[in-house]
Amino acid sequence: MVGGKHFGERVFNGTTMALMILLMIMTMYPFWFSVISSLNTGDGLLRSPVFLWPREFTIASWKAVLNDPGILKAAGITALRTVIVTLFSTLYTAMFAYAFSRPYLKRKGFYATIGFISMYFSGGLIPSYMLMTWLGIYDTFWVYILPSLFGGFWNVIIFNANFKSIPEALFESAKMDGASEFRIFFQIITPLSKPVLAALSVFTAVGIWNDYGATLYFTQSPDLQTLQYVILRLIQSNRAVENMMGSANGVNLAVQSLVNQTGGVGSVTARTVELAAMVIASLPMIIMYPFAQRFFVKGVLLGSVKG
Amino acid sequence: MAMTADKVSAEKQKAPKKLKSFKLGFDFRTQLELKLMLLPAVLFIFLFDFTPLFGLIMAFKNFDPVMGVKGIFTADWNNFTHFKRVFDNFQFWPMVRNTLGINLIGAAVSIPCTLMFALLLNEIQNARFKSFVQTITYLPHFLSWVIFGGLFITLLNSDGIVNYVLQQLNLIDSPIQFLADPSYFWGVAIGTGLLKDIGWGAILYLAAMAGVDQSLHEAASIDGAGRFKRMLHITIPGILPTLMVLVIFAVSGMLNNNFTQIYVLQNSLNLPASQVIDTYVYQTGLLNFQFSSATAIGLMKSVFALLLLFGANWTSKKITKSGLF
Repeated sequence: MVGGKHFGERVFNGTTMALMILLMIMTMYPFWFSVISSLNTGDGLLRSPVFLWPREFTIASWKAVLNDPGILKAAGITALRTVIVTLFSTLYTAMFAYAFSRPYLKRKGFYATIGFISMYFSGGLIPSYMLMTWLGIYDTFWVYILPSLFGGFWNVIIFNANFKSIPEALFESAKMDGASEFRIFFQIITPLSKPVLAALSVFTAVGIWNDYGATLYFTQSPDLQTLQYVILRLIQSNRAVENMMGSANGVNLAVQSLVNQTGGVGSVTARTVELAAMVIASLPMIIMYPFAQRFFVKGVLLGSVKG
Repeated sequence: MAMTADKVSAEKQKAPKKLKSFKLGFDFRTQLELKLMLLPAVLFIFLFDFTPLFGLIMAFKNFDPVMGVKGIFTADWNNFTHFKRVFDNFQFWPMVRNTLGINLIGAAVSIPCTLMFALLLNEIQNARFKSFVQTITYLPHFLSWVIFGGLFITLLNSDGIVNYVLQQLNLIDSPIQFLADPSYFWGVAIGTGLLKDIGWGAILYLAAMAGVDQSLHEAASIDGAGRFKRMLHITIPGILPTLMVLVIFAVSGMLNNNFTQIYVLQNSLNLPASQVIDTYVYQTGLLNFQFSSATAIGLMKSVFALLLLFGANWTSKKITKSGLF
């Protein structure tokens, strides 16, 4: 395009740059703020907030969170659920999409119909709740797994667009040589579809890791709480206490035990524990993110442009 | 002998032809394998997507949770009592107002903002800076609403950093109760929603922009069209189909709040502005055990959403000649 030599062009470029930097600060600063606040002493924060760097550095809040058996258990359950669902949901969805993408599949219309119906019609919350109760998976670990094992027809559409772009001759020669459909899928198609498999696995994993709805709707026992749910309850109980007491240092029974464990009076408060828990719970996503990012565009684009 | 030899050679010649006309993949074994591959997903669709549809019958019956699942089919019909009662409920219209307000204003703010962001991003010539901006702005999309909402609850708290800065600058005398005062709730919900997804939402536009023919830009700039003119007359028409798809989704989703977001930001003090259909269904259904009325509201919502989807798609096709299906 035309180079930026004119005055107007330079003003435009400068403004764009400034806007972008402003937006980046607005996106990143809340997160940075919680990182530094969680690494500061709690009573230091009560005097005045920190802006760029912890003033009185301490890892006591992080220790409190990482030593809390409830949070560790919730993290374990969330991690287990994320791994199982991501593996099987990606497998089942990709297998469905592969069979669906084959031109010689009979009664394709039937599968397309049930796919689209599943996209646009749903029984809603209460009927799903009834179903979980009826199946006997209400308030069991299975309620985290079974309902999520099919990744949705939207993912099928994205997979389908990818599988269709693989040359048909490849399938033909494999079939001529007598390869079974399973063998074609696992040995030819899967290696060729790594970007889309990676992208959709990441999306599934993020969705499951971040979900708290299943815990809220379909479980009640404390043993089955997921990480996001525990943090949500922590935030809610802190806010409720603050609204009543008008201060961040009110007595919160849910956090009290956590704060007491650390012994260091004043360095850990309900506020710093909450922030530390939020930062720690988002770390897996943030660590995984740069590795997965290169697959996003490929994975998303194919589906969005063609589908 | 000669004849048979001819026949054999003829058949040999025919053989490759026959293989070509033989329809690859239509044999029983292949079809069986394909069905086995479809099976798990089909089972899950029927069990977890279709079976709950029977539960919708509850909306038309005097269902009581103590009846158990059988009660869905055996309870008495009740002549749409639940639907009538829904409209008489004093909570109904405020709830619809909140749902529509947050969604429509939210869409009216976020679609142009995301489009603007994508247009500006597309004009950045420094590829490394561009991908850096993308990396940073995509990130909030991957944080959960518990975390992202929690961060903003902390920032906007009465003793949070936003109020601290405003007070230090003497812009306000007493802290603004962003989350305790209902009048701020819509703004908070729309603002956080925009910030979380502005980067990710731009991906679709950027993809569409990459598909616009570069020669159009070259021709226009030779004809003296500046950057802004080219944006207006080439880029925007080029991404119109994508834009329309997003508008259709926004219209059809206007009854469908992001429960995950609203529930995190909601508290008992901002409830007048934060009670939306989805949170109400959760509250009446799973907390107050009024299964039938919760199902009735959910069903009405789905039906309207479907009508809106078809309506928006039809309108879009009439006006811009591009739609979803």
